[in-house]
Amino acid sequence: MILIWLIILQLGAGILSWLLSKRDNRLAAGIALTAVIACLLLTIQLFARFRPSFAGGGQWLMEYRADWIPAFGISFHLALDGLSLAMLLLTFFLGALAVLCSWKEIRQRAGFFYFNLLWTLAGITGVFLAIDLFLFYFFWEVMLIPMFFLIYIWGDTRRRYAAIKFFLFTQAGGLLMLLSILAMVIIHAGQAGRYSFDYADLLNTTLSPGTAKLIMGGYLLAFAIKLPVVPFHNWLPDAHGEAPTAGSLILAGLLLKTGAYGIIRFVITMFPEAAASVSWWAMLAGVIGIIYGAFLAYGQTDLKRLIAYTSVSHMGFVMLGAFSFSEMAMQGVVMQLLTHGISTGALFAIAGMLKERLHTRELGRMGGMWTTMPRMGGIAMLFTMASLGLPMLGNFIAEFFILMGAFQASVPLTVIASTGLVFAALYSLRMVQKVFLGPPSVENITFDLDARELVVLGALSVSIVLLGLFPQPVFDMITNVIRNLNHTYE
Amino acid sequence: MNELELQALLPFMVLAASSLVVILLIAFRLSHTVIQISGFMMMCLTVICMWLVRDTLPREIPPLLVIDGFAAFTTGLIVFVVLAVGLFSYIYFEEREENPKEYYILLFLATLGAAVLTVSKHFISLFIGLEILSISLYGLIGYLRNRNNAVEAGLKYLMLAALTSAFLLFGMALVYLETGSMDFAVIGRHVQSSGFSVLMILGIGILLVAVGFKLAFVPFHLWAADVYQGAPPPVTAFIATASKIGVFSVLLRFGQSLGLQNEQLLQGIFSFIAIASMIVGNLLALRQQNIKRLLAYSSIAHFGYLLVAFLPGNDNGETAALFYLLSYSVTLLCAFGIITIMSGTKQDAESVSFYQGLFWKQPILAVVLSVAMLSLAGIPLTAGFPAKFMVLASGVEDSRWIPVLVLVATSVIGLYYYLRVIGILFEKPEEETAATKVLHPFFYYATYTSLTVLMLAICWLGLFPGNVIDGIRQLLQLE
Repeated sequence: MILIWLIILQLGAGILSWLLSKRDNRLAAGIALTAVIACLLLTIQLFARFRPSFAGGGQWLMEYRADWIPAFGISFHLALDGLSLAMLLLTFFLGALAVLCSWKEIRQRAGFFYFNLLWTLAGITGVFLAIDLFLFYFFWEVMLIPMFFLIYIWGDTRRRYAAIKFFLFTQAGGLLMLLSILAMVIIHAGQAGRYSFDYADLLNTTLSPGTAKLIMGGYLLAFAIKLPVVPFHNWLPDAHGEAPTAGSLILAGLLLKTGAYGIIRFVITMFPEAAASVSWWAMLAGVIGIIYGAFLAYGQTDLKRLIAYTSVSHMGFVMLGAFSFSEMAMQGVVMQLLTHGISTGALFAIAGMLKERLHTRELGRMGGMWTTMPRMGGIAMLFTMASLGLPMLGNFIAEFFILMGAFQASVPLTVIASTGLVFAALYSLRMVQKVFLGPPSVENITFDLDARELVVLGALSVSIVLLGLFPQPVFDMITNVIRNLNHTYE
Repeated sequence: MNELELQALLPFMVLAASSLVVILLIAFRLSHTVIQISGFMMMCLTVICMWLVRDTLPREIPPLLVIDGFAAFTTGLIVFVVLAVGLFSYIYFEEREENPKEYYILLFLATLGAAVLTVSKHFISLFIGLEILSISLYGLIGYLRNRNNAVEAGLKYLMLAALTSAFLLFGMALVYLETGSMDFAVIGRHVQSSGFSVLMILGIGILLVAVGFKLAFVPFHLWAADVYQGAPPPVTAFIATASKIGVFSVLLRFGQSLGLQNEQLLQGIFSFIAIASMIVGNLLALRQQNIKRLLAYSSIAHFGYLLVAFLPGNDNGETAALFYLLSYSVTLLCAFGIITIMSGTKQDAESVSFYQGLFWKQPILAVVLSVAMLSLAGIPLTAGFPAKFMVLASGVEDSRWIPVLVLVATSVIGLYYYLRVIGILFEKPEEETAATKVLHPFFYYATYTSLTVLMLAICWLGLFPGNVIDGIRQLLQLE
């Protein structure tokens, strides 16, 4: 029941803040913040409650199920396991920070803004919880529409182009996934004699290898577009670059993760053989993403686009790890999802704060910020280090585990992927140098972080360091998931 | 004709009587409002009659008609559409100088024609229904005769409809020549025993030209955009929904009783028409700046989608098609309702740029229109999603991969122009326009309310389609 409340709470708060915003913008933000923090607390409480049982018991820690469209065997079926719990913690953590980031940035139509923000978050929550495939697809789309509005209404100059492109790309993948879901359901109905969209039922479908490959192709394409894997990454720099700060934060921190989550939950689990047969190509695509993303990031002159391309690079590691079919790499992948969400989220938050002060995203017009904003400079340095994989910070653990795991699967690919770390150092340091070091830019009357911004960046900094020093709780959380995956590998 | 058959026909008789009532009211020089309200009452009476006679169904009325669950659903849908169209018509025509009273005679006649189509199981009743529908439509389309586009649109429709009637008759004659009967069931039995001869296929092909014209399938779609643009918005809503529901349901019935889908060549023709309609409709809609033309092309595409549900020729396909018709009609009524309510006395609210920033001026209208657009695009939370889902499911179940893949690809293309319209609603408003005086507060707010109700219906259908699907299956006696 708690699971469904998590979603209802956000949907309701979204409507509430829209309706009440006519009076007061702050009120709308306050409602949004309260709702997301309430969800965060609920999830933390779930974490505390299930902590002893992560390693044992059945597949799901918690389930909720109600009939929805019985004629087609569709039910409202939510379930929580360690993986979804980890993703939910990230969702609400970043969600709360996204609200805080928009506190001052969004002055116009704030109520509708928070409505969209909360509905996107609700959609993401649903995606991480749904295990009925119809419901999953439903939430998959629900998170898109408000995101479209976030970019279209509050974005930058090229926002219309970016928003429509984002939607079209994702929708194209989504519809192919819907076809795959339908094909699978109908094959299952032929075998079991009834329609069912339930994950557990569909797992037992026997598919011929050829069909399995085709059906998996539909899923994989949808998730690869979302992740994104080169060559489907085209929408990402536009969407990330043009979105408002909170939008970029949620896009990079959460929406990309839904793609990775889908790969782990559906592609690899439901079609182990088919996935294994394309694993080398998938890993290759990951490696290309790592290198290509890094190169493009190095060449950018726009701060937000630069950060966007680093996401392409980091998500390449996810692809590499997920398809290397090793326990260690999978642990690294989950870790990467969390730490990338935090570190890239932080970088986008910083870019947003810079934009509020300088009204530009051009690297050429920044420089020497450290002298006037030492606090922001320091924190930016920390996250740059995280992003390039410095030990002690979370990203290092993630990428190290992924590379270790992938090494057993393919030595040459892993070697090439490792060079990505060097390129990461290149683009990250260039970014710090352009923005914070060097001669001060002309109009240099800027203010350092205020209390609200300090809270946002402080929370992110603490969490990235904690994940770097004590990754074990995360690994504990997903023990069961990894164990189940191991069964499928065999 | 016995008593039970008479009972089953009751709703249709009430429907026929309603245009007579309007004529009488005009003879007594009663006002527009009285006519409007009595028309509303008559439509409600039709619905009540249908409810009363539900137990006598299904009933055949030989030789022409059959009144079954399928007909009850489609007729109900048509009457429901006309209720909404009547409401929109009131504010639309009351603001214009033309005398709007005769309009209702034509509207109810056209409704009768569409309703007869849904119950016909014989070529004669098909032809009568279609002609009643078309002839009333000529008048309705050109009703605002002082406008430039109206007469052009009316004439275009007249010429092409007359031509296609000739095609229809010729096709019927060929089929009759082969089978010696005009009854669908007899033709079906003949086909079962001796298969499709060349003459038969030719006849059916020619029939299809006529049906394709009415439903604006590609390549018979050339009239659609001009007529949609030229006709008054309530009439456009009627053409896009009620008249197409009528024709599509007779196509479904004809297809079911003959097993058209089992014939290789005809199947190929249907697939081709479906694919062409989806591609052409969506591509032509991409760059439209006029929202009525945009909806015209989008409805071409939507009937292409519907044909994908028609292709399998099984029960699931039929359920999907009926659900699709329902969700499509509700959605289009929303869209055209907005156009009607936004139209001024001089000009219709046609240009897409007219809607710029509507969300910040009139949020409710903008939300209704956005929901309608999302539903046309088939996005979850709206009726369009389960509808498209069911169509896809019936296509996949029958392994019709090419039409299904085209459907998916063209929906993505279609998404672009729906998003464009939605985006424009949320742009910054151009300038502050002075609030226009609301002329007829009661009807204005009634329309406003009904639009909101329609929007909620879209969302309800989108979230909980289960009940409706079960209802349709019960009506079709599948359970």
